[in-house]
Amino acid sequence: MNMNTAQLQGFCTAVRRDIINMTANAGSGHPGGSLSAVELVSAIFCTQMRIDPKNPRDPDRDRFVLSKGHAAPCYYGVLAELGFFDRAEFESFRQLHGILQGHPDMKKVPGVDASTGSLGQGVSIAVGMALAARHMGKDTRVFTVLGDGECQEGQVWEAFMAANHYKLDNLTVVVDNNGLQIDGSNDEVMGLGDLAGKLRAFGFQTIEVSDGNDLEQVLSALSAPAQPGRPKAILAHTCKGKGVSFMEGQVGWHGKAPSEDQRRQALQELEG
Amino acid sequence: MSEKATRAAYGEALAELGAVNSKVVALDADLAHATMTVTFKNAFPDRHFNAGIAEANMTGMAAGMAAMGLIPFCSTFAMFGAGRAYEQVRNSIAYPRLNVKLAMTHAGVSVGEDGGSHQCVEDLALMRAIPGMTVICPADASETRRAVFAAAEMDGPVYLRLARLASPVFEEEQPFEIGRANVLREGADVAVFATGLMVSESLAAAKLLEERGVSAAVINVHTIKPIDAQRVTEYAQKCGRVVTVEEHSVIGGLGDAVAEVLMGKVSCAFKKIGVQDRFGQSGKAKEVLREYGLTAPQIAESIREVL
Repeated sequence: MNMNTAQLQGFCTAVRRDIINMTANAGSGHPGGSLSAVELVSAIFCTQMRIDPKNPRDPDRDRFVLSKGHAAPCYYGVLAELGFFDRAEFESFRQLHGILQGHPDMKKVPGVDASTGSLGQGVSIAVGMALAARHMGKDTRVFTVLGDGECQEGQVWEAFMAANHYKLDNLTVVVDNNGLQIDGSNDEVMGLGDLAGKLRAFGFQTIEVSDGNDLEQVLSALSAPAQPGRPKAILAHTCKGKGVSFMEGQVGWHGKAPSEDQRRQALQELEG
Repeated sequence: MSEKATRAAYGEALAELGAVNSKVVALDADLAHATMTVTFKNAFPDRHFNAGIAEANMTGMAAGMAAMGLIPFCSTFAMFGAGRAYEQVRNSIAYPRLNVKLAMTHAGVSVGEDGGSHQCVEDLALMRAIPGMTVICPADASETRRAVFAAAEMDGPVYLRLARLASPVFEEEQPFEIGRANVLREGADVAVFATGLMVSESLAAAKLLEERGVSAAVINVHTIKPIDAQRVTEYAQKCGRVVTVEEHSVIGGLGDAVAEVLMGKVSCAFKKIGVQDRFGQSGKAKEVLREYGLTAPQIAESIREVL
């Protein structure tokens, strides 16, 4: 995939609209953490990954794991905008017999490489994929996006340790650091301390992005040359609810769907 | 009768399998010399991946490797593989039906000296409850070998329950088909359904009962899930009395799997022999088995109570 920044900007706006529509239709879902991750997930798919929406099971494709599986609306939006499935599927989001489950299901959705949602498990899956790719002699790259609150799960650090131990330079870990989780801010709930320092201490080539909703900054971090023998981590400071004025920076919009009025207002704001 | 631990047979079978199937890889969590994946490691050092003492991550790594098309055999002690990493097994492996084989050793109280913290008596219950999980508990070394090959042959998650203790190897090889129980001994008075190390104990118990004029059928239920409902029903009907024997809690394991088949269908006397809602404890393996009533003479006595 390749897109210039202006095209990518438009792509991100379309994904934001998808997120609002999906969660409003379903009457549930996670708009806040979906909106914060839009630039991260879109930039990975549109500028980094070797993928073919017409051949989603191509064994030589790059892999993506959305470890913060509750940001499924963002993921589904990106996949549909790229043509992995029809946008009409948005109607099935969180509905009985729908392919778009509340959290991503690799058995149901074209383009989804791992079933996730239970926090802390995706990085391990990505590590396994990256290790298997190298073992199989493939040049496959593996990308994973996880939440900051998710880093409170011990398994994440087990996986980080393994990524470094096995020198997985085909792995890129992106932390969507929006600072908020269900019960409050990260600092109120369980302080994460110096995340960048911790990632460095775990052996990652660590790039901090001061605004993870700024495409130029995200693209520059993603395209920074890999250091041989080291996994790459991008710690992206983002805004939860980004793009919708009444959701931005609000803890309450973690797992709440917009009403019809709120949908209308949000979509108006996203006209640009 | 020669003796060999099913874990030892597992390591050898895995190395043998590795030679004919290049997709097979092994993961371990710093217990390769105990689970015996070390045998595979010695043969294929670049196909053995240590996850360190981090079972949750090992389970997720296995899921990722399976998603790439490899066939990972993932091993540690049953306590940690089925217990500690339960939710990773459930969500990362079983929910997407990934082709991971969970070969967990040191199951049951026959672990011995390490004590109750390391004697998993709940793994069959935990793994059996997961939708789509195949659960196998081989009775001896040669059955373990066939179970390893059969597990690799099928697509989907499999839990293999293996033991630390060296146990008798049957003289005659039995056919092995996942989901098909083997009748090892015909009998008319009571049907004894056993699994794992309790199969040889149950056979010995049946011989003791024979001396007292009791005819006990012994059926090796190596596959706990999917259970051989047809054979279980047939022998329950034929004998009218059912006893299940397992080195596992009587809650949720073989006994309950058999009961689920018969419930509302076959009217018969029924008894579950196993660990009676207790934790294990330290001791020599055979002493511990005796403490929990899992030796042949005790099983024979216990069976007599339903006659």
